[in-house]
Amino acid sequence: MRTALEIANLVRSGELSATEAVEESLASIEAQEPQIHAFNTVVADRALDRARAVDQAVAAGSDPGPLAGVPIALKDNMCTSGIPTTCSSKILDGWKPPYDATIVEKLAGAGAVLVGKTNLDEFAMGSSTENSAFGPTRNPLNPSLVPGGSSGGSAAAVAANMVPLSFGSDTGGSIRQPAALCGTVGLKPTYGAVSRYGLVAFASSLDQIGPFTNTVADAAVAFETIGGHDPRDTTSIPQPVPNVTEALERGADGLRVGVIAEMMGGAIEGFEPEVLARTREAADALAAAGAEVEEVSLESTIYGLSAYYLIAPAEASSNLARYDGVRYGNRVAQGTSTADMMVATRTAGFGAEVKRRIMLGTYALSAGYYDAFYGKAQRVRTLIIDDFNAAYEKFDVLLSPTSPCVAFPFGAKADPLTMYLNDVCTIPSNLAGHPAISVPFRTGANDLPVGVQVLGPMLGEAAIFQAAAVLETAA
Amino acid sequence: MAEALSREEVARVAELAMLRLTDEELETFTPQLAAVLEHAEDVEALDVHGLEPTQHPYPLVNVFRADVVEGFDNRDAALAMGPEVEDDLFRVPPAHGEEP
Amino acid sequence: MSTWETVIGLEVHAELATESKMFSPARNEFGGEPNTNVHPVCLGLPGTLPVVNEKAIELAIRVGLALNCSINRCVFARKNYFYPDMPKDYQISQYDQPLNTDGFVDLPNGTRIRIERAHLEEDTGKSTHIGTSGRIAGADYSLVDYNRAGVPLLEIVSHPDLRSADDARAYVQELRAALVAVGASDGKMEEGSLRVDANVSVRPAGSDELRTRCEIKNVNSLRSLGRAIAYEAKRHIQLYENGERPIQETRHWDEEAGRTQPGRSKEEAEDYRYFDDPDLVAVDPSAEWIEEIRAALPTLPAELRAEWITAGADPELAGTVISRGLGPLVAEATAVGADINKTLNHAANTIDPEELGQLTPDGLAETVKMELDGQLTSTQAKTVLQDLMELGGSAAEIATSRGFEAMDRGELEAMLDQVIADNPDEWTRFCEGEAKLQGFFTGQLMKATRGQADGKVINQLLQAKKNA
Ligand SMILES: [Mg+2]
Ligand SMILES: [Zn+2]
Repeated sequence: MRTALEIANLVRSGELSATEAVEESLASIEAQEPQIHAFNTVVADRALDRARAVDQAVAAGSDPGPLAGVPIALKDNMCTSGIPTTCSSKILDGWKPPYDATIVEKLAGAGAVLVGKTNLDEFAMGSSTENSAFGPTRNPLNPSLVPGGSSGGSAAAVAANMVPLSFGSDTGGSIRQPAALCGTVGLKPTYGAVSRYGLVAFASSLDQIGPFTNTVADAAVAFETIGGHDPRDTTSIPQPVPNVTEALERGADGLRVGVIAEMMGGAIEGFEPEVLARTREAADALAAAGAEVEEVSLESTIYGLSAYYLIAPAEASSNLARYDGVRYGNRVAQGTSTADMMVATRTAGFGAEVKRRIMLGTYALSAGYYDAFYGKAQRVRTLIIDDFNAAYEKFDVLLSPTSPCVAFPFGAKADPLTMYLNDVCTIPSNLAGHPAISVPFRTGANDLPVGVQVLGPMLGEAAIFQAAAVLETAA
Repeated sequence: MAEALSREEVARVAELAMLRLTDEELETFTPQLAAVLEHAEDVEALDVHGLEPTQHPYPLVNVFRADVVEGFDNRDAALAMGPEVEDDLFRVPPAHGEEP
Repeated sequence: MSTWETVIGLEVHAELATESKMFSPARNEFGGEPNTNVHPVCLGLPGTLPVVNEKAIELAIRVGLALNCSINRCVFARKNYFYPDMPKDYQISQYDQPLNTDGFVDLPNGTRIRIERAHLEEDTGKSTHIGTSGRIAGADYSLVDYNRAGVPLLEIVSHPDLRSADDARAYVQELRAALVAVGASDGKMEEGSLRVDANVSVRPAGSDELRTRCEIKNVNSLRSLGRAIAYEAKRHIQLYENGERPIQETRHWDEEAGRTQPGRSKEEAEDYRYFDDPDLVAVDPSAEWIEEIRAALPTLPAELRAEWITAGADPELAGTVISRGLGPLVAEATAVGADINKTLNHAANTIDPEELGQLTPDGLAETVKMELDGQLTSTQAKTVLQDLMELGGSAAEIATSRGFEAMDRGELEAMLDQVIADNPDEWTRFCEGEAKLQGFFTGQLMKATRGQADGKVINQLLQAKKNA
């Protein structure tokens, strides 16, 4: 299938119609969806209508934008007016938001055409997309394996060439890890670079929206399209989006690259040897292209996982309180009182993983434990940021594996803590608010793709795209 | 930091979170949550004294909106999605207890 | 039997007079058809985010300055509890870092009441309980309206420095006057823009212990506040004197029954799981901004009252006018030369603060001046003020069009001579000391002038004729 940039350029020049591009995407979805289950909702008619509007604009001589006619998919936790937004939860099954997320407006403004909403771990809580109330998504490379998560549907849709571009949300690795497991590019931008308005919150201080693509250049144009200040999101950074497309051609000459020792068989255990080998090869490839590569120790990152599994559930426990059966969503039972109804609705509406995290977070915030858990975790976060910032005085970017392992079978990590350990390399960037990108770099066990992660400082997207482009060529 | 999490504590937390757990669920969840909390105890090894907690990775302050009314043209859709609506009001079963 | 002292601390919630809500661009307006002043943000829809209304911060700082508070860098925190009136099932409030702290209010009797804090938060929606009783207990179901959800509130918390129901009422009056004067709130208790909760306990007089307190809610007027405090103090004293003790709980004031009733008991302490709201960032008002706001503040009610009393005003009258929120009007009228006591009198008795209409300080000053010069009787002055409120214009024009020509003293004297001539017996008895006949002659003259004569002038004429 064509890349997003190829489609947009052909549509803008009139050589390909948006309608054809969208029809192709819909056909691919129809053929593979029974096997993969990447989507919760496909909006074929609406997509064709929009595609025709793009074609009319082109015919009328106007430019529909940098993503003209590009079929896209959105993780089903981004609000789309009049289109179901379920978070893959029974509690929101069938809910149609009466408003659009900022990213939806921006993408429509750039000429992109939404074809559907993709599956996820319920409320984005998970690393395998097994926690969806509507059944799991399968890895297009091998349907007996998970696609990763929580944005597994968006990763699979791109990996299976159903769409050239999709979007996920990343709270602890939920874009980068499925990108690695499905062999696509996945970007988590700087916290505040992309508006969260309309993204159903999991953990507000960590959540960021980012793209899945088959090429680094597509990820660059996608980031430039969705980034930028939004007055509806207080935490949105009041600065222009960094220009990253420019950085793609720079090469690696003089780029200072630090390889995180703790994630290369150091203090953190449980990495597959092939994953470590590919990451070393990636470092070598950068060096061969002229980069200065060195190991660097970031001791505090060892504690990222612990801090994350206190902070994220704490914020989630509060963010998910509103699903109470009063104003929207599914009320399960009347009960004899409002409280009864709320308890019945929440008990029946949430899956086990969501309940676990709500309880963990409620506990971490409750009287008597706040200082020991949430308060302490927020200080660990400061430590991690200080450590990163010290490293970025010496390095432009850092390098690590994205995931300790390649795609794994369904049910392989049934124990919650074992599953959580999967996020050990991705979590520190969320805690620090820094950008990071996962690039497919050759294969590991069972010929499955390995993802290499390039990390950068606050608003350092240009540098990570620069390195990512080099890795893409060397892979 | 914490002693092993007890079933009673998990039950109390579920109640605070408006969730009802069966005995079997209590049995499963308690050791699972205890394991995560136990893992979290490794942060004890860290000296974080004198460190400010990080609330936001990108420090912003005084982010305001002007006091301007913005209409919402999709009110009917917002009301239509209520599980039970009567005369444009959201209907709920009777409240017991009082507002805090 | 020992004597008891009542210890009272008040929590006052004031709705701020902004155009839009605290964190949502929906309209902030009292009343309205159900669920019309709503927006995805204040309905708490998934994915929506709060953004702070700058005006609410400014109004809260105005109040903080009026209450002599320190204005601090502050953060918003989430107070988590489930309630159908609250769209997100948490309230955005302020917890350990509030905007305003450590202020005070001086009561007219000189007592200083310390303010612990005045913090910003959002209001809840409103439930109507449907069923035979019309109350929560025994309702069949409830209907929720979110028009009020998200309206900015300033919660003003006093230290337990109040010692009587009278002081508590005076404190709320002072607070309300300050809120109205700085334009932060309309201060209407009956519409719920000002809501008072009272923490009441008692202790042996002279002791400084703090005993178990009860929080009284649902107090909808100053009168109820006084009654509720008096009732609750008495209840505590009776319990102690019977060898029992009150339990800490929330109690509701039942205006009809004239007593407090237990609400939800606090046997299990609430666990609100406060934490800083990750969707919002700190508010750190700059010194320049605070000074700009301070410079624009009007003269505060307490200062006005002190000025007037120094200028010879009746303290009680001054207090009434302040609490009616008419301080600024009177201040402007006196600034252009109106007599202070006469102006206060009209502000206390004639002028309806809700219906000021077209009345300007100049119009008020002109009326008072005409009255003082004898061009208007006090009854006529009231009529002129009513007209000014309704129609506007100048006092002199209204007086003319109403035919309130000042009686020429000579003309009046001639009429009096006629009355004396018509009633010689009465006149003789009056001159011999039958004082009650003064009323008879005044009445006759009023009748003859169709009420347009000034009672004071008549009185002067009568005394002069009698002593001649
Ligand atoms: Mg309170
Ligand atoms: Zn309050």
